[in-house]
Amino acid sequence: MDLNTRLQNVTVIGAAGKMGSGIALLLALELAYRALENKDRTYILNLVDVSDVSLQGLVRYLREQAVKDAEKQMSRLRRLYADRRDLVENGEMIEAFASEVLLHVRTGKTMVLAQDSTLVFEAAFEKEELKIGIYKDLAALCPREMYILTNTSSIPLHVLSEAAGMTGRVIGYHFYNPPAVQKLLEIITPDVCDTELQELAGELAKVLRKTVVSSNDIAGFIGNGHFMRDGLHGIREVERLAGEHGFTKAVYFVNKTSRDWLLRPMGIFQLIDYVGIDVFQLILRVMDKYLNDGLHSPLIDRYLELGVKGGQTSSGTQKDGFLKYEKGAIVGIYDPDKQAYVPLDGTWDKEADAQLGDHPDPALSWKSLQGDPDLETKLRSYFSNFETKPTLGARLATDYFRASRAASQRLVEAGVAKHAEDVNKVLTLGFFHLYGPINDHLD
Amino acid sequence: MTKLPKPLYLAAGAYTMSLGTGRPEFNPRVARPGLEHYIQEVGREVFAQIDDPDTIDEGVIGNFMAARFNKQGHLGSLMTIAHPSLEYKPMIRVEGACASGGLALATAIKSVLSGLAESVLVMGVEVQNTVKAVYGADILAGAGWFAGERKEGGTYFFPQKFSDRAGAYGQKYGVEKSREAMARWYATAVENARLNPLAQEHFNKVKDLLSQGLTPPDSRTFCEHINLFHCSKVSDGAAAIVVCSKEGYKRLGLKRKDVIKVVGYGHASANLTTPPPDLTELTTSRRASAAARKMARIAKEDYGVIEVHDCFSITGMLSLEALDLAAPGQSIDFIAAGENKRTGRFPTNTGGGLVGYGHPTGATGVRMAVDLWKQLTGKAGDYQVPLKKEHGIMISMGGNDKTVVSLVVKR
Repeated sequence: MDLNTRLQNVTVIGAAGKMGSGIALLLALELAYRALENKDRTYILNLVDVSDVSLQGLVRYLREQAVKDAEKQMSRLRRLYADRRDLVENGEMIEAFASEVLLHVRTGKTMVLAQDSTLVFEAAFEKEELKIGIYKDLAALCPREMYILTNTSSIPLHVLSEAAGMTGRVIGYHFYNPPAVQKLLEIITPDVCDTELQELAGELAKVLRKTVVSSNDIAGFIGNGHFMRDGLHGIREVERLAGEHGFTKAVYFVNKTSRDWLLRPMGIFQLIDYVGIDVFQLILRVMDKYLNDGLHSPLIDRYLELGVKGGQTSSGTQKDGFLKYEKGAIVGIYDPDKQAYVPLDGTWDKEADAQLGDHPDPALSWKSLQGDPDLETKLRSYFSNFETKPTLGARLATDYFRASRAASQRLVEAGVAKHAEDVNKVLTLGFFHLYGPINDHLD
Repeated sequence: MTKLPKPLYLAAGAYTMSLGTGRPEFNPRVARPGLEHYIQEVGREVFAQIDDPDTIDEGVIGNFMAARFNKQGHLGSLMTIAHPSLEYKPMIRVEGACASGGLALATAIKSVLSGLAESVLVMGVEVQNTVKAVYGADILAGAGWFAGERKEGGTYFFPQKFSDRAGAYGQKYGVEKSREAMARWYATAVENARLNPLAQEHFNKVKDLLSQGLTPPDSRTFCEHINLFHCSKVSDGAAAIVVCSKEGYKRLGLKRKDVIKVVGYGHASANLTTPPPDLTELTTSRRASAAARKMARIAKEDYGVIEVHDCFSITGMLSLEALDLAAPGQSIDFIAAGENKRTGRFPTNTGGGLVGYGHPTGATGVRMAVDLWKQLTGKAGDYQVPLKKEHGIMISMGGNDKTVVSLVVKR
């Protein structure tokens, strides 16, 4: 069955979640364009989730995003609507397109919606039993040719497909947040996987204009395989530095050097907060279960016991976690002993800055280097400063840099990634780093 | 009409900043002033220049599409908020696409000539940044023939129309040379705007404007023969000036040196439903400006300062040819020689024009008259040019050269 036929009836499970809604949007737009281009076919997108409120929110989101997409695709729309004499202005075509997008969408709380689908995207919560239950239901409901493309980010896929009796019919389709914008798509192919499914997955990625990185079916894959180890290194550094400098200052040091010294978009604790400390723990547990690689952190467990979770509100604002935020800016650091946030009040944090020492090149930052044509040269000269100015900041950053590289190299050695370049692509495209971790900038 | 039946003057001009991309005050995410703000701001500036506000007899306001950009009609009545003295005076709104400002001047001229008024406040206003460009293009496309042209037109309807003109011009006179001239036009516009604190491009810091202007057009993202630098801006703003008789300006408390004389006036309209007879010529602009010059009884060499409607660089070039300052195809050399620059023989669009100052559509024709008035009365500040001749001419053009008002003025 070709892709276009399969796309005539598609289902997204967990469609109202953060990742599910992005996947739903990508598909909704694609199906609407196909419907306009193939007038003899019908296209249906079933969006399944557990709450009516969130499904209504999803429809509202799809409409808003369809309008925004159409505004950027006017030349294409003017061509597609050339025979519609009633649509003359850009605005009329944009509205017509937004209606078209919703015309193909069916929402509901029941899996029965998926019964005619031969392509199902699953973006449910990262829990084995939950996913296995869903796959079993789908196997019973859907046509025999049905394939599952799962947004699973850490659980080995063969575990899920075998338990559900779906061996060979599941492939990993791991989008990065937000799926409609992020170019990276990590495709995880289990050892047993239908050739047709592998080909479909590749073809669809092209249609969706994604840059594909292939991962092997080993818990955590590339993205979380690096992120979890990167986070755990940060936590170990905090524990090491806390003795001499105190806990909050240690968090400050590590977060600051991992952002400003390594020229990353976020410090490591800001990133953990962004993902959610609870999600971080969940993924650690999954990976620990299958890899037996010491992927565990009592500190993370303690934060969650204290109810400190990070993550985002439904409107997308950052909730407090390791760090406290006001209007997106970091204003404090959590002290688990005091069970309170210690504000960055310009006293101790200023002292901490002095202890870290001067930034190797204050003119350079993650932001300033965006799109810089001389990026490689500038990075090379930047990192060469680390050895000539051995401040505390440079030492911490060097250690961090090496740990990130070692974790990445292990992913290649363990066969999670096929090539070093794949790890680098995940970090640059999926995590917006300026450079891949496997490089020779520092010894 | 070959001669004005009585002397006419322009007095007490003012215009606001052109707000839009490029101005530090502009933030698309923050609410901006509306029509009322601009009408009142420019009104305050005019009334500050005259002794007795009651000596303004009437008002005319030019506006193109407030009904769509701002969901506001009835601008004649709205114009009274410019000053309490306007309450119960006759006010009228006129529309002729981007020549709405020019039509407002023409309407005021007729009022004064008829003897019904001695002084008419002429205003132009447009607030366009209320919608995204893709919707703004729909609104502005109303200056073309909606029933016959819009469906087949491009996403950006008017840029497409003038891209077609630029393409035809390039084919006839050389693509490279004409693109170079368009780039030079852009560079000069920005250089002038840098001297005009109210201009949208006033803060443009780009060093190599010429190279930027030479950016190859990209038909996938915009148009085949023009790039974004060849376009005027999306702008909010207003302009105002008083059209008066000799008696009128005296009653306003002004001296002859404060006012300029209108010595020629031309107004032409062409069939909206037919394509231009020649894409490489502004036929209607030629007619209207020739009529104005004939009435003024002057030679083209007598222009000391010029305002043309450069909604696009190519329109600026074609306007120079419509004014007979350059033969067809010769505006390329005219511009290469810098004749249109402030140091050239015919300083043109000295405050930046539509490309440099901005193009609040309904206000533009009035803004041109104000810039001529500023130059000829020595009030242009940093962008004042040393006048070699005492006449000025303006071309206020609407749509694809379909409505044109041209005025010749004298110091």
